Amino acid sequence: MSDLHIVVCVKVVPKPEEIRVDQETNRLEREGARSEINPPDMNALEMALGLKDLHGGRVSILSMAPPFAEPYLRIGLAMGADDAYLLSDRRFGGADTLATTYTLFKGIVKLGHPDLIICGEESSDGATGQVPPGLAEWLDLPQITLATELEIDLDRKVARGRRELMGGYHVLEVPTPAVISVRTASNEPRFMDYEIKAHAFDEARVTVWNCEDLEAEEEFIGTPGSPTIVSGLAQAATRERKREFLTGSPEEIAARLVEVIRASL
Amino acid sequence: MVASRYGINEEEKAIWVFLEQTDGVLEGVSLELLSKGRQLADEVDWSLTGLLIGHQIKDLSDEAYTYGADEVWLADHPLLKLFTVDAYAHVAYQALTEAHPSVFLCGATPNGRDLAGRLAVRLRTGLNADCTDLRLDAGTGVLTSEVTGFGGGVLALLESPGHRPQISTVRPGVFPPGEADLNRVGSLIEMQVKLEEEMIQTQIIERVVGEGVDLTQAPVLLCGGRGMDGKFSILEELAELMDGEVGATRPPVDDGHIERDRQVGQTGIVCRPKVALAFGISGAFHFVVGIQDADMVVAINTDPDAPIFEYADYCVVGDAFQIVPALIKAYKAAREAAHV
Repeated sequence: MSDLHIVVCVKVVPKPEEIRVDQETNRLEREGARSEINPPDMNALEMALGLKDLHGGRVSILSMAPPFAEPYLRIGLAMGADDAYLLSDRRFGGADTLATTYTLFKGIVKLGHPDLIICGEESSDGATGQVPPGLAEWLDLPQITLATELEIDLDRKVARGRRELMGGYHVLEVPTPAVISVRTASNEPRFMDYEIKAHAFDEARVTVWNCEDLEAEEEFIGTPGSPTIVSGLAQAATRERKREFLTGSPEEIAARLVEVIRASL
Repeated sequence: MVASRYGINEEEKAIWVFLEQTDGVLEGVSLELLSKGRQLADEVDWSLTGLLIGHQIKDLSDEAYTYGADEVWLADHPLLKLFTVDAYAHVAYQALTEAHPSVFLCGATPNGRDLAGRLAVRLRTGLNADCTDLRLDAGTGVLTSEVTGFGGGVLALLESPGHRPQISTVRPGVFPPGEADLNRVGSLIEMQVKLEEEMIQTQIIERVVGEGVDLTQAPVLLCGGRGMDGKFSILEELAELMDGEVGATRPPVDDGHIERDRQVGQTGIVCRPKVALAFGISGAFHFVVGIQDADMVVAINTDPDAPIFEYADYCVVGDAFQIVPALIKAYKAAREAAHV
């Protein structure tokens, strides 16, 4: 058994299909929407647990969120992660990418010096994919983003990842510790293990750390640490469409479609 | 409040664009950003600079001028031949902290995102990712980036008023590529690049360049959704007859029925084809974003209440597995008639 230590960064997000928009204010109403672990982060968790199956060691879950996120981290524990850490403090609120990556960085530093930090490709609510490179920058570590497969060599202390891009692929090798982001849907996340589920949900401890625990500088967290502001919200303008319904046999419809398509090319 | 490496008082009134190249060819999104950058620069009377990084790629600067750049900063070094985020972030940081531009734009490509993500933290500045529109205020010099919020077609306007550079990434296909003006010229600034092999931790072990489909260039786009039951071969047959390309919503991509390069929408590719056809697609907003700028949209769905019909010019309530074969037959007949 090795002393391999992998940290998986996880975000708890509202289910996109349950978000409503207030027609008057254009604000997103997250109340009432159920939450879930960001689906791409489940692929990150699976990659970490797969490496643990092969090499031993331990997997820690790390998340920055309000306290309500705690039970979701237990899902990861029930899948086989060893411990979970929730970075939770009112002062973390309003964080953009810069403040979020700083806060996660402070959590990772407090966890010691893990060999790998694995993230999902992007979050389903932000969908910008900017956390993994930002986190790597704060940690001053190399990165492999959009990895579909990852191997590690514990003796040589390297990670080798495959990225599939534009119909081709790259294989990159970086020294560990390193930050990895996992291509969404590149693996099949395992189910919760029923033998450890009861323990994960009843007895296991989720450690909560606040700003002081992290020794985070207040100018770098939450709103003060976020250069980005939302200056307005608007309804997306939609283009007026003809919305003409075509009827008839498939052949008649096809003939009419060929005609209108020809006309617009 | 966190302070950026250089502030508003030190900024140069300039827009910079990262000129991403692969094997000596500029990415389409870099040309799109030059065209958009030119338009913004003209509105506020600023200059437009391209940042070109690579090895033996000096000639690409001429192309950048024709798309609107006033000058090109060139970082040419053997260790920059292939993209590594270590080396590219190093020279981009050097250039930005020397020139202090107010705005820095990158394509939201895999490499562009890697670079922008690291630079924003190194520069302690804001990063607005995957913007769908950009505006620049002539008075304040503040860049407003429009991004689509998830859910129901909400746009958020984002700004980083107190930090420089103002970094935004833009997906390929969001802005139309401009016309090249072959008479335009510009000036070249060659950077002194100091790079040592030890500074680069990323090793490229293997690199296989694929054919790489570019959906943003297709005049006809045939998109399939969950309703295609993974049977994309008939769409491919029709696409070939129509000189189009096949795209998809996220579920068939996640299920492995079609390559991720062909995913259309908010988390995929934004296209502006002449004609978009949607087969078996319900019409969730995060997909519709990817085709809403098509000149014409045709939707085929068995469910008469499918939201996709709100976004279509021609709507067919019916089974794609009947309509597609009928279309194949019609195009084949037309092709044969043309050959007689």
